[in-house]
Amino acid sequence: MYGKGLRSLSIVTVAAMALALSLVFFYAPLEAEQGFLQKIFYVHVPLAIVALCGFVVGALFAIAHLRTRDSRWDMRSYVVIHMSLIFAVAALITGSIWAKGSWGHWWVWNEPTLVSFLIVFLLYATYQPLRFAIEDPERQSRYASVFAITAGAFVPMNFIAVRLSTAYLHPRVLGGTSNLPGSMRLTFMVSLVAIALLFTTMCKYELTAKHTRAQVRALRRRLIGEDGTPAPRARTAVPSMSARPAARTGL
Amino acid sequence: MSAVFVLAEVPALPLNEAGKYVAGAYIVLVVIILIYVSIMAIRLSRIERELAELLELSGAPKPEEPEPAALAAHQESAPA
Repeated sequence: MYGKGLRSLSIVTVAAMALALSLVFFYAPLEAEQGFLQKIFYVHVPLAIVALCGFVVGALFAIAHLRTRDSRWDMRSYVVIHMSLIFAVAALITGSIWAKGSWGHWWVWNEPTLVSFLIVFLLYATYQPLRFAIEDPERQSRYASVFAITAGAFVPMNFIAVRLSTAYLHPRVLGGTSNLPGSMRLTFMVSLVAIALLFTTMCKYELTAKHTRAQVRALRRRLIGEDGTPAPRARTAVPSMSARPAARTGL
Repeated sequence: MSAVFVLAEVPALPLNEAGKYVAGAYIVLVVIILIYVSIMAIRLSRIERELAELLELSGAPKPEEPEPAALAAHQESAPA
């Protein structure tokens, strides 16, 4: 059951978000160079980190799907990637707002961090159309898993390549070049945990909603389709939610 | 009354030129959460409607609107 513990998780998420916002606006000191504009980092950076981690987690779930052929792993991979895309959009928008305030431009094309994140986002933007293009659910889930694994491996490689590049304008929040004082670091960590909790809660809500809908559809088939012949599945990008592992077939 | 003292103690937010950008960034987050909650509400109402249809099909008596007190008691007894 996906809904188990959802209420407690939601309460913890709301508390963490409230704590993070309080720390951002009433505890963390103003940064010397950027001043108040630096407050955007407490939402922009955690959104980007959580989105990238979500893509990697989606790849891990896809590996589990290919290993077990259990459609529940495919559903988890789909939901995590779907949610990561939403968080990536939020990271791109908040990053652009910061860039406008700091650099005077909404977007800078010669900045590797920005462009690499956009490439990762555009890569994953093809995930949904890929699923939608394949009608057979079994093939769809297999191909989607292969895509998720390949794209998931691309995320850390991309991150390392950007880190190795020397000429960048984008500030580094974590790592050797970061000079965050203790209070700012604490605020950032709390914000990161809060955004990660928000991500987990939204994924859990999505999984619960999809599972409930699948159960309602199964109930409808049982009540209406007395002859046991299920209605043909309409073309959709959403994975089917049967707990039964599919037959093992080659790719 | 204590809330007034708390508000008096907190530092004033410098809503100057940077203020609008910071507000914009945080509004983006809030709007995304609001859109998601709205989508979830639409989905929930759709599931509720489908369940009501299925109840009618099954011939089971339609459940009456629970009393608020009974609903609260049920929620308390239900496992988390």
